[in-house]
Amino acid sequence: MSIFADENTRVIVQGITGRDGSFHTRQMMAYGTQVVAGVTPGKGGRRFEGPDGIAVPVFDTVADAVAETGGADAAVIYVPPAFAASAIMEAADAGVGFVVCVTEGIPVLDMTRAHALARDRGCRVLGPNCPGLISPGKAKLGIIPGNIVEPGPVGLISRSGTLTYEAVHHLTRDGLGQTTCVGIGGDPLIGTSFVDCLEAFAADPDTKAVALIGEIGGTAEQEAAEWAGRHLEIPAVGFIAGRTAPPGKRMGHAGAIISGAAGTAEEKTKAFEDNGIPVARRPAEISKLVGELLGR
Amino acid sequence: MNLHEYQAKELFRQAGMPVNPGEVASSPDEVRALAEKYGGTVVVKAQVHSGGRGKAGGVKLADGPDEAAEHAETILGMEISGLVVEELLVSPAEKIATEAYVGVLVDREGQCPVFMVSAEGGVDIEEVAATNPDAVHKLRVDPRYGLMPHQAYWMATRLYDEPALVRQCAKVLSGLYDAFTRNGASMAEVNPLISTEDGQVKAIDAKVSIDGNELFRRPTVEALRDTASEEQGAARAREAGLSFVKLDGSVGCCVNGAGLAMATMDLVKYYGGEPANFLDIGGSSNPDKVVAALEIITADPNVKVILFNIFGGITRCDDVARGIVEAAGRIDIRVPLVIRLTGTNEELAREILADAGFEAVASMDEVVQAAVRVAA
Repeated sequence: MSIFADENTRVIVQGITGRDGSFHTRQMMAYGTQVVAGVTPGKGGRRFEGPDGIAVPVFDTVADAVAETGGADAAVIYVPPAFAASAIMEAADAGVGFVVCVTEGIPVLDMTRAHALARDRGCRVLGPNCPGLISPGKAKLGIIPGNIVEPGPVGLISRSGTLTYEAVHHLTRDGLGQTTCVGIGGDPLIGTSFVDCLEAFAADPDTKAVALIGEIGGTAEQEAAEWAGRHLEIPAVGFIAGRTAPPGKRMGHAGAIISGAAGTAEEKTKAFEDNGIPVARRPAEISKLVGELLGR
Repeated sequence: MNLHEYQAKELFRQAGMPVNPGEVASSPDEVRALAEKYGGTVVVKAQVHSGGRGKAGGVKLADGPDEAAEHAETILGMEISGLVVEELLVSPAEKIATEAYVGVLVDREGQCPVFMVSAEGGVDIEEVAATNPDAVHKLRVDPRYGLMPHQAYWMATRLYDEPALVRQCAKVLSGLYDAFTRNGASMAEVNPLISTEDGQVKAIDAKVSIDGNELFRRPTVEALRDTASEEQGAARAREAGLSFVKLDGSVGCCVNGAGLAMATMDLVKYYGGEPANFLDIGGSSNPDKVVAALEIITADPNVKVILFNIFGGITRCDDVARGIVEAAGRIDIRVPLVIRLTGTNEELAREILADAGFEAVASMDEVVQAAVRVAA
């Protein structure tokens, strides 16, 4: 099995006609994702040409897209930062239960309102500022390259993009495929946490081990470590990026900043280790530790 | 983006908050003139993006114009946390009865703005929170309703007993929330918020950080950016759309993706080297970006080697390889490059680099070890 999305997930793409949106929608469709419609205000009525002669209708609003296509389970957002929070709220308002927001650079105060509304509507937001997720062999929602993953027993959760690819690349090469790889996003305010993903992986019988790839800033890894220590029955491996990051400086991701004594790599590593989660010192070691814990 | 005290105070005034008067000066003569204008005792304060200005000797009281000019002479040009003082804020001294702390920032856990207020102001609030947590009162704000009057009133009653002061303080808090949201701040604080001997509540200090993601729609706030006080390479990186942080080591790093960039720095350290910088070149393989990245990194005289670590997912490795070759032709890179490219079209990328006389390896561990060897 997989978490959050599989081959039956019906997907709407917001911003489908944009440069990034159209490119990645074609990649998602080529991977087998069930894209049922796109949304771009002002471009309703057109058709979006995917790969292999498949085309999907484009609508002006998410509400229209949902009504005309017989419902959608998820929306993927490739909308510029100025309009992305509004796109999340539009999807949540149209009753879409799962929204993946790839957009980087959304004002944080916009996101305080978008997250509040999504919570009220019972909508799960993944991201923003995330690569999305991929359930190998089934579907991908977002931009994780399909050629580096393989189906298998590992669940992967990460705050990063290319660092996730690095870790997945090693797992795949070492024969450790994945149930789902989830990029939860590098922003300070994200909709789906490590703990949310851990709960989902814990309930998935096919996931036999979990890799948690964290970074400096905030306390999400510490909360995940504590949750895992209490509830997780399958083995987990951790990694923290940013050991050499100076305090008070933002390291690319808006959320990757050490404030005062909080959010350091040492603190997060200790939280993992205190809860029985071994921490890899190098990205290449993540796969090695997962393999050992799975008795490979 | 951090603002100077005088800029933050202006935003507070625009939001209707009571703030002590003051003007900026950049020479001892200007400071003398301001001290003459205000009369009596004045405060001379260094305007740099750093806490602990008082401890560093950047804040002085002066009894009259002569002493004010003397202090200006000492403080101007002084270095505080590596930043040179070029501007001073001159204000008439206040007769302080009490000092409180009020601040608002974005709460990651609650995903909303959160106020922190304390009757113990004028000191390091993180220290108060650590040693006497009961003295710091927190209040989360639902961003859809904003700060409600009863919430402002509740906080004000944590700080003052006297009804007249409570009323003034509640108004200050509403103003602070206004200034925070209207300017796209990620943090706004007043430390200290004072009450004077004649019963006035006012801000005599101000600190504001702006969310960088807000600047595209707030040109008047962007105009407050002090590029002179930015560290080396920061402005160039921003123009080129790169994420850059300067560090003190000798291994220059050029990586696609923030997480991988941090992990690369960490691996440099792991193998015994010291990273010279954090640099995320992003998903683009535009040669202009590669050129900008190389220029920024090589401007640092400590750099002895430049390490490229590219994981091509969506980004194609051959595009990045072309960017590196083109950049190397356009500028003089005075140090060796060590390159790692993995992912989409990596074989093609390696051929392109080989034709131009560069070598690329496939693993991150290999390239980092090579870079550390060259830098040693």
